[in-house]
Amino acid sequence: MNINLDFNYKSIKPFIFICFHFGILALVFSLIVHRLSQTRKDALIGSLSLITIRLTVDARPTATLIEFSNMEEVKLIGMWLSPYSYRVIWALKLKGIAYEYIEEDLSNKSPLLLHSNPVQKKIPVLIHGGKPICESSVILEYIEEIWPQNSLLPSDPYERAIARFWIKFADDKSPSISNIYRTSGEEQEKAVKDSLEMLKTIEEHGLVGEKKFFGGDKISMVDMAFGAVAHWLGVIEDVAGLKIFEQHKFPRLNSWIQNFKEVPIIKENLPDRDKMLALLKRRREMLLASE
Amino acid sequence: MGEENKVILHGMWASPFSKRVELALRLKGVPFEYKEEDLRNKSSQLLHYNPVYKKVTVLVHNGRPIAESSLIILEYIDETWKNSLQLLPEDPYKRAKVRFWTSFIEQQLFQTMITVIKTDGEAQEKAIKEVLEKLEMLEEGMKEFFPDRNPSIDSENLGLLDLVFFSSFGLHKVREEVLGIQIIDPEKTPLLFSWVKAINQLPLVKELTPPHDKLVAFLKFIRECSQVFFNLV
Repeated sequence: MNINLDFNYKSIKPFIFICFHFGILALVFSLIVHRLSQTRKDALIGSLSLITIRLTVDARPTATLIEFSNMEEVKLIGMWLSPYSYRVIWALKLKGIAYEYIEEDLSNKSPLLLHSNPVQKKIPVLIHGGKPICESSVILEYIEEIWPQNSLLPSDPYERAIARFWIKFADDKSPSISNIYRTSGEEQEKAVKDSLEMLKTIEEHGLVGEKKFFGGDKISMVDMAFGAVAHWLGVIEDVAGLKIFEQHKFPRLNSWIQNFKEVPIIKENLPDRDKMLALLKRRREMLLASE
Repeated sequence: MGEENKVILHGMWASPFSKRVELALRLKGVPFEYKEEDLRNKSSQLLHYNPVYKKVTVLVHNGRPIAESSLIILEYIDETWKNSLQLLPEDPYKRAKVRFWTSFIEQQLFQTMITVIKTDGEAQEKAIKEVLEKLEMLEEGMKEFFPDRNPSIDSENLGLLDLVFFSSFGLHKVREEVLGIQIIDPEKTPLLFSWVKAINQLPLVKELTPPHDKLVAFLKFIRECSQVFFNLV
């Protein structure tokens, strides 16, 4: 048997050719990426990971066109005073998603808002590739699905159900907090009572186990849902001239607030306290005068 | 499998919330044990499982409770038992639309419907007007989901939106009888009318729906004696 072990140089020539050009392409690509802004880099990493996940792990048939949907234009219609608006801002920034922010004047609603959210006519509204998504909790779930990097929900179905429970609780009970400055007399007393009950429930059931955040060591959608408690409540207390949150009565909640506000994305994205105080005071005066 | 995958549903026969969880489990073919809860005398087990809201509808899977807003329970069921019948669509944008409308039906429509049930006179008239207005909004919104205006429903394609709409308005005839008003008008909201009719005709739904007379009697009872019913289920 005659085994030919001669090294055939000619047969590997195309191979070297391909490798060489691939190398050049890789170099050019990394130079381009290097020049991108941080947010665009994160978006690119996000979409590449999404593609990898979709191709390797996820066999969903709709994957092919969605792969690039996370690079379509993102717009957020929001309002600088609204905690619901901030929930979306925090989620987008934590995931490194580039977006255009549009401030809405709620006393003079724009055609864009009315067209994007004809049912509720409310903010926040996320517009992704021209398609509107409304309701902050719905928007957060959408963001989590399209851009899975820096996950904001646990992966275990049971843990997710618990997270969603607390998000719903926050949605149900947070309006009591704004009612504190919007009302007076008996109505205000009820708002205060409801708010206190909410704080008590969080203290006794939501933050058990000396956790840094609601979901453990990492910030999640649940923490964002309680943003109103962390920042807005303090201002509203000043507007109404009432003391509701006493640190010694809510030690766990107090630690949580400190932890939450220390997260850089949160710290850098909160409405100005003095500006809020001035506006809410004016609003309260107008509301009480009209009664 | 035995004890490992034990599923228990704590429910109440007249509760729309526990009914839709029951439906979902049956549709998905998940074996479960049903425990009827007495609202006047809730089991200590129940209060242990749902200390925050103290409501009846609780799903217990492998000893772990999931409570509140059977919407959360339904999503959990969808994520845990992944088989041919998926309650939520695959596409994230379509999922967002389903979540938006289920939230609308639950928070806005159904809450106002509860006010209609609980009140009389002027307060009720105001609430009725609001319900009818919102039903028309829902009619408009559902045109996107049923482009041929003819909902063809079968057990194979029931989804979260169908379950939520059904549990909120499936028994509209019972309410119409007791309250003496028209809620789902075949002329004003033809799509909703044919949608609810199609769901009501499914064999599984017929099987799980209590008899009409029993429901009428129960609704009359809630209106007269038990104003807090909807806070408990």
